[in-house]
Amino acid sequence: MMVLAATCVAVLSVMALALARALQADTVYDRILGINMFGTKTAVLIALMGFLNERPDFLDIAIVYALINFIGMIAVLRFFEYTATDDS
Amino acid sequence: MILEMISNIFLILGAFFALTGAVGLFKFPDFFTRIHAASVTDSIATILLFSGLILRTEFDLVAVKLVFVLVFLLLTSPTASHALAKSARHGLLATSAETLSKTNKDNN
Amino acid sequence: MTELIDLVLLAMLAITAVGVIFLKDLFAVVMLFGIYSFLSALIFVNLDAVDVAFTEAAVGAGISTVLMLSTLALTGRQEKVSDHKTFMPLLIVVATGAALIYGTLDMPPFGNPDNPVHQHVALRYIQDSPQEIGLPNMVTSVLASYRGFDTLGETAVVFAAAIGVLSLLGMPKRERAAIESGLESHLVLQVVAKIIIPLIILFALYVQFHGDYGPGGGFQAGVIAAAAIILYALVFGLPVATQVLQPDLLKTLAALGVLIYAGTGVASFFLGGNFLDYNVLASNPVAGQHVGIILIELGVGITVFAAMLSIFYAFASKAERKNIQ
Repeated sequence: MMVLAATCVAVLSVMALALARALQADTVYDRILGINMFGTKTAVLIALMGFLNERPDFLDIAIVYALINFIGMIAVLRFFEYTATDDS
Repeated sequence: MILEMISNIFLILGAFFALTGAVGLFKFPDFFTRIHAASVTDSIATILLFSGLILRTEFDLVAVKLVFVLVFLLLTSPTASHALAKSARHGLLATSAETLSKTNKDNN
Repeated sequence: MTELIDLVLLAMLAITAVGVIFLKDLFAVVMLFGIYSFLSALIFVNLDAVDVAFTEAAVGAGISTVLMLSTLALTGRQEKVSDHKTFMPLLIVVATGAALIYGTLDMPPFGNPDNPVHQHVALRYIQDSPQEIGLPNMVTSVLASYRGFDTLGETAVVFAAAIGVLSLLGMPKRERAAIESGLESHLVLQVVAKIIIPLIILFALYVQFHGDYGPGGGFQAGVIAAAAIILYALVFGLPVATQVLQPDLLKTLAALGVLIYAGTGVASFFLGGNFLDYNVLASNPVAGQHVGIILIELGVGITVFAAMLSIFYAFASKAERKNIQ
């Protein structure tokens, strides 16, 4: 229980750092990198929180998150590749 | 008892690797090294954290679902990083070595 | 511990919102909206609202991000700098916020079981749902049976949204697959996508039919299935995707879903009950409830899938035409 709580805190701080990278980034690609990390850590955090709250039906949501993170990343890359001609 | 201790070790190691990756996001000088830090540590942290959680279940449906999530994350996260790096290369993002040699050539 | 997680998540939410306001690059803003949606879904998970978190993750971070990116492909990428003074609006917003916070000081304690909201209708549902409907997931029983009218309205709203978007933007015609519009140079991505897309569709089917026992249901399943086909269209190109799932088929499917839902209600008429009264659909009331819930969830899932995919087709084909020109 204590170890689970400590791991939750660690993963939360990783998410906060990834968010800071997404907010303050040199290039667009750094932002996308921050968001990818944020998404995967969110899926891990849901699994951890499910075990903390003793409700393991949350794992379906973890699958959905992993999926949606992937699809969002691909959409972002597709958009970026096809409109890179008129970026700022 | 033994299982719980191994699970604790896995969880702590996984959290350590995740934190290392997040610190690496800020410390490395160049985008391509940062993506290396982020994706490698992401994969190992995911494996360790989920293995730690699997050891805490009673190896029923919950463990199977955890394996599903793990396999899915392992399939998609490195692919997304690869696609991102390739897209950055297509966008002609330069590595810091290339930028350095270009400024040297400009100065000389 | 849960309060600490709540606090940290809400703080990150506030920081993301501030970042959304102050960043001028709309591309980054769309990505931050995706993060915002992930964080909201985490807060819902922490509040034990699992179905809501499901829907928020699938719709907010998935479909909304894709649609906003398609819109950005049509408009510009930089926000126009506005030059009006911000003092008056800031004053009004601060005054309204202060009034709202003052209003919440009178509310009962958060999560207290003696709150009025947990007493009357909610108590009746929790006590009677196991005998009357018999599903483990009470959210589905409230959504699909006790509040079936509202869910019919929601399905009709999704259908109307699809009609609205189609009438404004129009559907793609069947184009030749010669136009390169997918991520053709990303070979690894194509191989992995081919492996993953069937798994996603299988997962959507699981969510659809498992909604009686765990988090899920028709709405979430429709969105996940639409996300799978959107992934296919993103990686392999829109012309290939329109050949696989023709736009006319999607129009038919969207209408079919609403028809199934309303048809279940009308079938209850013919069997002697009221509109959307599932008790008469089978020999005993509980079995009738199960049959009714399965049918309407199917209707909801089909309509949501077809509507989301039609909206994506409409946006993406406009963006394609603009890029090709």
